[in-house]
Amino acid sequence: MAALHNWLIDDAPASRFQARMGRSYGVMSRLIRNPLAVIGAIIISLLIITAIFAPWIATQSPLTQDLSGRLQPPSSDHWMGTDELGRDIWSRVVFGSRITLLIVTLVAVIAAPVGLLLGAVSGYFGGWADRILMGITDIFLSMPKLILALAFVAALGPGIENAVIAIAITTWPAYARIARAETLTFRNAEFVSAVQLQGASSARVIVGHILPLCSSSMIIRVTLDMAGIILTAAGLGFLGLGAQPPLPEWGAMISRGRTFILDQWWVATMPGFAIILVSLGFCFLGDGLRDVLDPKSEGK
Amino acid sequence: MTAISLTNLSVYYGETPTTHDVTFDIGKGESFALVGESGSGKSTILKAIAGLAPKWQGKISLLGTPRNHAIDPRVARQCQMVFQDPYGSLHPRKTIDATLSEPLAIHGIGDQNERVCAQMAAVGLDPRFRFRFPHQLSGGQRQRVAIARALMLEPQILLLDEPTSALDVSVQAEVLNLLKRLRHQHNLTYLLVTHNLAVVSFMCERLAVMKRGRIVEIATVEQLKQNTLEHDYSGELLRASASHLISAENPS
Repeated sequence: MAALHNWLIDDAPASRFQARMGRSYGVMSRLIRNPLAVIGAIIISLLIITAIFAPWIATQSPLTQDLSGRLQPPSSDHWMGTDELGRDIWSRVVFGSRITLLIVTLVAVIAAPVGLLLGAVSGYFGGWADRILMGITDIFLSMPKLILALAFVAALGPGIENAVIAIAITTWPAYARIARAETLTFRNAEFVSAVQLQGASSARVIVGHILPLCSSSMIIRVTLDMAGIILTAAGLGFLGLGAQPPLPEWGAMISRGRTFILDQWWVATMPGFAIILVSLGFCFLGDGLRDVLDPKSEGK
Repeated sequence: MTAISLTNLSVYYGETPTTHDVTFDIGKGESFALVGESGSGKSTILKAIAGLAPKWQGKISLLGTPRNHAIDPRVARQCQMVFQDPYGSLHPRKTIDATLSEPLAIHGIGDQNERVCAQMAAVGLDPRFRFRFPHQLSGGQRQRVAIARALMLEPQILLLDEPTSALDVSVQAEVLNLLKRLRHQHNLTYLLVTHNLAVVSFMCERLAVMKRGRIVEIATVEQLKQNTLEHDYSGELLRASASHLISAENPS
């Protein structure tokens, strides 16, 4: 163990592999020393574990109805009570984590790379490419997020896939703007000129030299945006345009519970807690990553 | 055989020409300096030769072949540039190893490990710096990395844009000695931009004095040392430089 530790923190690594491992080890150990990031990471890993092992964690099927036991308060049988059709809310919240995780991951995977690439291309080439791409970005930015998502879902039809597409369409412009702004700051830096002089193609300069500089701020921004994405997904679900019944989506569950909010508070509150907890987890993790992902902060 | 030949070169930033009809030839293996005050267009000429200032009229020939306006990979293997600021010319998120192997990867050259280690040894960098980031190195070490990077493609011409002006005096001497040694080892041609006349007399055989985008005089370094430069402006520059040296030695 001590040998491995010394190998990882070696001042003069002997190979590229050792250098890379040492760097990841440094990032990990700094992440562990950051309490907020640890709390965030624990919440997110809990979410992932819950999503993977949902059938074993849930006490019953999220879809089984029991009309004789409807709107029961929280008890030892039903930890979070039951809803208006007698379904166990705990089981529904547990299965709902799968939908939330799916939406968040898909949106991040679609929107972040698209925004990153468009922003970097726009900033790197400038001129007409920049004007056209940023014009399109401005059009998307000028419309309120939820309204735009609503319009897309209304056009494409309700459902999770369309909700994901709609949210992705509304989130990429912000990433494109950040990536462009960052690209402009290094566009004329001498290290970019140096690579150009070595004969590198534009694609190589953008992908190999500009994107790595934008990516850490992008990772942080995406992590912080996760909370917003969850809330937009929940909002779409609340309006009946996201996941369709009987799927246990958290926003849709709140929407159904709204009718009973004064007498049976748990129906809307429990999925609400889940949304708050997960959003908070992503925010903490994003903050922690911001402190850690800067190589200059090493050893401070 | 001339390494660099400029004929009536006028470089434009936008619509305004910054240099006017610059003409000179540099022989192969020669070390040539461009001197002049700030804004006289010395660095602009370097950028035009390298391909970073693509808007120019006239003719640039490298090793006998005329150069076109864009950056091109064939020229990259003949002619490389070392920038003034070693803090800005290295990618902050790439290790020294990544920075030095990038030109090899671009041109599909193998044996990356061996070549990177050999080049680091050639510029006097300790092998343990190989996987460090630029911010973990001193200014002089960074400039050595920048020189090593320029030499990775084994060019015959090196464009040096005030390579020591951002370094402190003791480190300047080390880097200048390194450049001098490398030139003799690889028979390199240097085009050096500087406003430090002491560097010129140490490094170069000939120099061109520039003023407001024009060359006013091309002289040998012996003329500089004997203070027999012909043009009025050259004499003025020499006196300004000398008084600067005296005031630096005896701060009153």
